[in-house]
Amino acid sequence: MRIELTVNGTTREADDVWEGESLLYALRERLGLPGSKNACEQGECGSCTVYLDGLPVCSCLVAAGQAAGREVRTVEGLAEGDELHPVQQAFVDRGAVQCGFCTPGLVVTTHDLLERNPAPSDPEIREALAGNLCRCTGYEKIMDAVREAAGAQR
Amino acid sequence: MTTTIDNPATATTGTGTAGRIGDSPLRPDGTLKVTGEFAYSSDLWHEDMCWGVTLRSPHPHARIRSIDTTDALKVPGVHAVLTADDVPGLNRVGLEHLDQPCLAEDVVRFQGEPVALVAADHPETARRAAKRIVVDYEVLPAVTDPRTALDDDAPEVHAGHEGGNLVREVHIRREQRTRNEHEHSGEPVPEAPVVVALDFEVGMQDQAFLGPESGLAVPDGEGGLDLYVATQWLHVDQQQVCRVLGLTPEAARLHLAGVGGAFGGREDLSIHVHACLLALCTGKPVKMSYARDESFFGHVHRHPAWLRYEFGAQPDGTLVYGHADILFDGGAYASSTGAVVGNGGTLGLGPYNFPSVHVDARGVYTNNPPCGAMRGFGCVQAAFAHEALMDVLADRVGVDRVELRARNGMAEGDRNITGQLIDSAAPVAELIGRVRDMPLPATRAADPDLRDLPGGVANTTHGEGVVRGVGYAVTYKNVGFSEGFDDYSTARVRLEVLAGEPVATVQTAAAEVGQGLITVEQQICRTELGVERVVVHPKDTTVGSGGSTSASRQTYVTGGAVRAACEAVRARVLARAAAAVGHGGLRLDGEKIVGADGQVVAGLAEVLGTGAVDETVEWRHRPTAEIDPETGQGDAHVQYAFSAHRAVVDVDVELGLVKVVALDTAQDVGRAINPDAVVGQIQGGSVQGMGLALMEEVVVTEGRVRNPSFTDYLIPTILDTPPMRIEVLEYPDPHAPYGVRGVGEPPTISSGPAVAAAIRAATGRDLRRVPVRPEHITGV
Repeated sequence: MRIELTVNGTTREADDVWEGESLLYALRERLGLPGSKNACEQGECGSCTVYLDGLPVCSCLVAAGQAAGREVRTVEGLAEGDELHPVQQAFVDRGAVQCGFCTPGLVVTTHDLLERNPAPSDPEIREALAGNLCRCTGYEKIMDAVREAAGAQR
Repeated sequence: MTTTIDNPATATTGTGTAGRIGDSPLRPDGTLKVTGEFAYSSDLWHEDMCWGVTLRSPHPHARIRSIDTTDALKVPGVHAVLTADDVPGLNRVGLEHLDQPCLAEDVVRFQGEPVALVAADHPETARRAAKRIVVDYEVLPAVTDPRTALDDDAPEVHAGHEGGNLVREVHIRREQRTRNEHEHSGEPVPEAPVVVALDFEVGMQDQAFLGPESGLAVPDGEGGLDLYVATQWLHVDQQQVCRVLGLTPEAARLHLAGVGGAFGGREDLSIHVHACLLALCTGKPVKMSYARDESFFGHVHRHPAWLRYEFGAQPDGTLVYGHADILFDGGAYASSTGAVVGNGGTLGLGPYNFPSVHVDARGVYTNNPPCGAMRGFGCVQAAFAHEALMDVLADRVGVDRVELRARNGMAEGDRNITGQLIDSAAPVAELIGRVRDMPLPATRAADPDLRDLPGGVANTTHGEGVVRGVGYAVTYKNVGFSEGFDDYSTARVRLEVLAGEPVATVQTAAAEVGQGLITVEQQICRTELGVERVVVHPKDTTVGSGGSTSASRQTYVTGGAVRAACEAVRARVLARAAAAVGHGGLRLDGEKIVGADGQVVAGLAEVLGTGAVDETVEWRHRPTAEIDPETGQGDAHVQYAFSAHRAVVDVDVELGLVKVVALDTAQDVGRAINPDAVVGQIQGGSVQGMGLALMEEVVVTEGRVRNPSFTDYLIPTILDTPPMRIEVLEYPDPHAPYGVRGVGEPPTISSGPAVAAAIRAATGRDLRRVPVRPEHITGV
């Protein structure tokens, strides 16, 4: 089937999409946007998190066809030109990135958290990010990055 | 939380170049990783590529009577279906023993063993075609309990293997001061007024790196290919790939694709040979990428272990002897089981002084999933046992648990259980004392936040039934490859003028897996050459081997190689400058050549204007030695790294739920080349060790994996993870480049035993198995 959707503000089309394909697969393999990651493909790790009509979702759990006609925003669509979004900058500056495979999902989830709650407490940060697994960092520097991003955005 | 760097002996450095060793410059790949542009091995794409999938054995042990690929080949979109018959070279792989077919021949030895491959236009087409391959299996009796693997009537996992199901055994024997020859056996039986003993069991942990096994093989049209893959050691992969494909290294070129974590799980091959076989057969680029369930079958795990320990001591707690019997389940293929057994044996009694030692460590073949390298490598399992037993001993003799460790802890100048002199810092007493002296977390509030309680927002308690406990552990680990292995790395450094500025390019084949080696390589070049701009060449096999990114060795060994290459470049630059100015006594300072009087005699760019300087150096650390086969004595390891943890837990003793409140560390890193990255390693390593204590286990029943998913195999989330106070000590190792000491593994070894000890303290239960399950705590 053919699907048409808006990705990072641009109308995109994908042809020959098999009905069983996920939005994640379509983004990565058909639309040239591999930033959303494929760590578990069953909604447990959060590495594929994208906005779908403004709400964060695990794109591995959304059928590509379900995204037809809707707006998707991925990690590739957060920076303004060459300037990183403050959340992205904080992840770089605070050493919250090691292997980085979880990072796109965490950046999108943090972006969403701070949109909803510009000054989250530590327990609020932990609860919001509990669906994003990271295997390298032990999360401490991720906490630092989120706190810093929250400060930078205020 | 709080991080302090204590630096008793770091020399100050002179120049103003930013991003030198001791600084914490940002990772050069950080921006690409936060924008989603960094190309991991699963992100690769090629015009006209097809997808490869693997058909795996459903049985732990079976004979293959026949394989019929006819129906699979008929599926539209399928380009190739391959079996062992299609392997052109030697159908064997293995890190230590060539005991594993890359595609099964007549027998499968574990559930998940690769049997056939399919390449197709779409991954789903390939998966459906794979289901149409008909394999006729005759199920065979399986060895699924390693404790019976060496029994006379146990089935042979590898028919005709010398030693039956034994992969390796190690014996460590040391003289005791209180020797008393036993009348009958002749075995020395040490005497001690106080004797304590326990049995311990450690479950199978998974590395659970997030980036799936994946890569892209691109045929070159001339019989060779390029393989882009996530790995920990390009050159050993290349050797293995070439052996199976029957290709020369020139024809099979490997390139490091972006690596989404490793932790030991990428030392063995995964998609490498399979993607290459499909690419050579189809003439098309072939991409393979495991889903998470396949990943659980596609790489080795940490060895489960059964440990029996006995310590003898004086009434004041001074250790008299240590006995240990350690059994590792190696699974169906050896992988690095031999080296894990070596570590378990030589390091298995922990960082303590024992006058008398009797250790046996064995690794066996079974029909369980193959086990091999994971962060901590043989020391993690032993640490749970020796630390639990040290607590038992402390309580028995009435000595404080920290004090007992300090009293028996190794110090520089001591000899460990293989008789090796500890010839650099071994601050066991200081490390354990430091974690004891750190401030304890606040007691639980009267009206605590649910998220701070065991059970969390599941709202299982508001504090009732919750008991706090504190536990300690101190451990040590070898750094680098051991037991006589020729452990080296190769670095090429080129210094030239680009766009009017001096630029260094550093090339090594040492894998960056997330730990930050590329940052360290840049820092060393800036330090040694005084240049600001350092380009890290992509990692591939066009330069000599960098050795494995494992054993906490890359900053030491590849760092040593980069420094040596920089020194060679610098010597040539200064010689060139000396020839130009007519005198020597020159040095590099910033991007200038400076004379003995401190006056600038030339700019670096000016000197380099006459041509680039390019040097390649192969660098080795001090040699190690094989251990004596009967006594286990010998200088087996090149360096030891020590760490201590204190864990504070709240346990809901009614439901068996645990919340780790604090997990604090003190670790000696020799010299912190990049202090922020050092702390990141300690934080991440601590949480992996905590995961093994609390929740992480690949559950295997009768040879079958029961939980191959992140739904059922749990790793710690950010809610499970406490704030961590970390004290980093820097006692330089005089034998290592810059005094560095390996960092990555020690925290994974000491954190888990501290967590387990804290749960024991809270519950009063023995808890002789990890991960600790709720039913172990409640006793249901």
